[in-house]
Amino acid sequence: MNPLISLSAYDLMLAALLVLALVGLVVRLKLGIAQQLVIAAIRTTVQLLLVGLVLKQVFESAQLPLIVLIMLVMLTVAAWEILSRQKRKIKAWWGFGISVISLFVSSFLITLIALFFIIGTEPWYTPQYAIPLLGMLLGNTMNGIALGMDRLIQTAWQQRAVIEQRLMLGQTALEAIREIRHESMRAGMIPIINAMAAAGIVSLPGMMTGQILSGTAPVEAVKYQILIMFMVTAGTGFGVIAVLHLISKRLFDKRDRLRFDQLLAERS
Amino acid sequence: MLKVRDIKIPGLAPISFELAAGECLGVSGESGCGKTRLLRALADMDEIEGSVCIDEVCKTDLSGAEWRKQVALLPAESQWWFDSVAPHFASETNLAALGFDDEVMHWQLSRCSSGEKQRLAVLRLLANRPKVLLLDEPTANLDPENTGKVEALIAEYLAGNRAVAIWVSHNRAQLERVASERYFDFSRAGMVKIKQGVSS
Repeated sequence: MNPLISLSAYDLMLAALLVLALVGLVVRLKLGIAQQLVIAAIRTTVQLLLVGLVLKQVFESAQLPLIVLIMLVMLTVAAWEILSRQKRKIKAWWGFGISVISLFVSSFLITLIALFFIIGTEPWYTPQYAIPLLGMLLGNTMNGIALGMDRLIQTAWQQRAVIEQRLMLGQTALEAIREIRHESMRAGMIPIINAMAAAGIVSLPGMMTGQILSGTAPVEAVKYQILIMFMVTAGTGFGVIAVLHLISKRLFDKRDRLRFDQLLAERS
Repeated sequence: MLKVRDIKIPGLAPISFELAAGECLGVSGESGCGKTRLLRALADMDEIEGSVCIDEVCKTDLSGAEWRKQVALLPAESQWWFDSVAPHFASETNLAALGFDDEVMHWQLSRCSSGEKQRLAVLRLLANRPKVLLLDEPTANLDPENTGKVEALIAEYLAGNRAVAIWVSHNRAQLERVASERYFDFSRAGMVKIKQGVSS
């Protein structure tokens, strides 16, 4: 196997020039996202460099409390990320609670199952496995959860007259939003279903590419990639189901009345 | 049969009344005076203080959905969520009473006029066999002929099923035709008056 070719700061600057060229073009064409692009590029550089340093320390010490703390920070940030992607602002604490619970189901539990029963690392919290696995699950399931949640709330808001009409005809809350829930489940799951369908033919997934670049035999890399795909699919599915359930509950009261005031923050 | 006690709609004095089987209560008043809120409160669509009972069964004895199957609210503008008419109907209904034939079930809702939707909404409501009809301007989009058909159909339903109705309309002449003996009038101050003996 060839050893991994290490990237120098100069190599990264060349890549950064490409982004800068894009920013220049965007400014010239007045397409209006130059600032967001620059900020995001700086964020990704700083955040990833920091995490590289932190992971170096964590991998060397491998202490359980530290690892759990890092995992909790990751979970919290992912939950805020879900909320910030919602078109309609949810009451802060409810939204945060609902996001945390769904991410816990979609990512934490699935990661633990993989560590204990599938990969069988010793000890189970071996950070080289636990942290990247959780990160990949959070990153991917977060998308599905955010999409499903946004679709449910947006569609229910647009169709609130229809929902109330169905309630007036004696339907229960769940009957009245059945089609909207189907659509939201679909919206949350479509990205991962597409990713599975296209994997290997259209796209080589990032993790597998990374492993191959660092010298792992392709078939070994592929096995890990399949494992990840299945975990992300199951995680996204359970996570979206959890979030749809929790949001639906909050959308109605005990008498099956539509109550957006319980869910959404006051709007000016 | 219908007993309404101390419904407290914000800005209005508590509302109480009773209706015997077969009766129809007419309600009129300016826009925004609380007519629609009264209907929504009776159908348990809003959280409002006060008790509503049908014979011995009160609102809180049933789930929200069970209550609304019996206390059916016909909103001023009907909503439809499937493409065609048929899936909106849970059971058979008397289409001919409002001038439709069986073909209507295959109609696309996007091609129905507001008057057709309004007549279909009345049929959809009655198909549930509710005990209390809450009708919010049920003939606002209809020509005189179809208005007459709806009025006759509701009257026949009330008599045949020992049901009651609350009929909201801006048209006082209509209320005098359909309302049994009395009707409420919401005034600007939000008080409720009862006028006796308006039917001729």
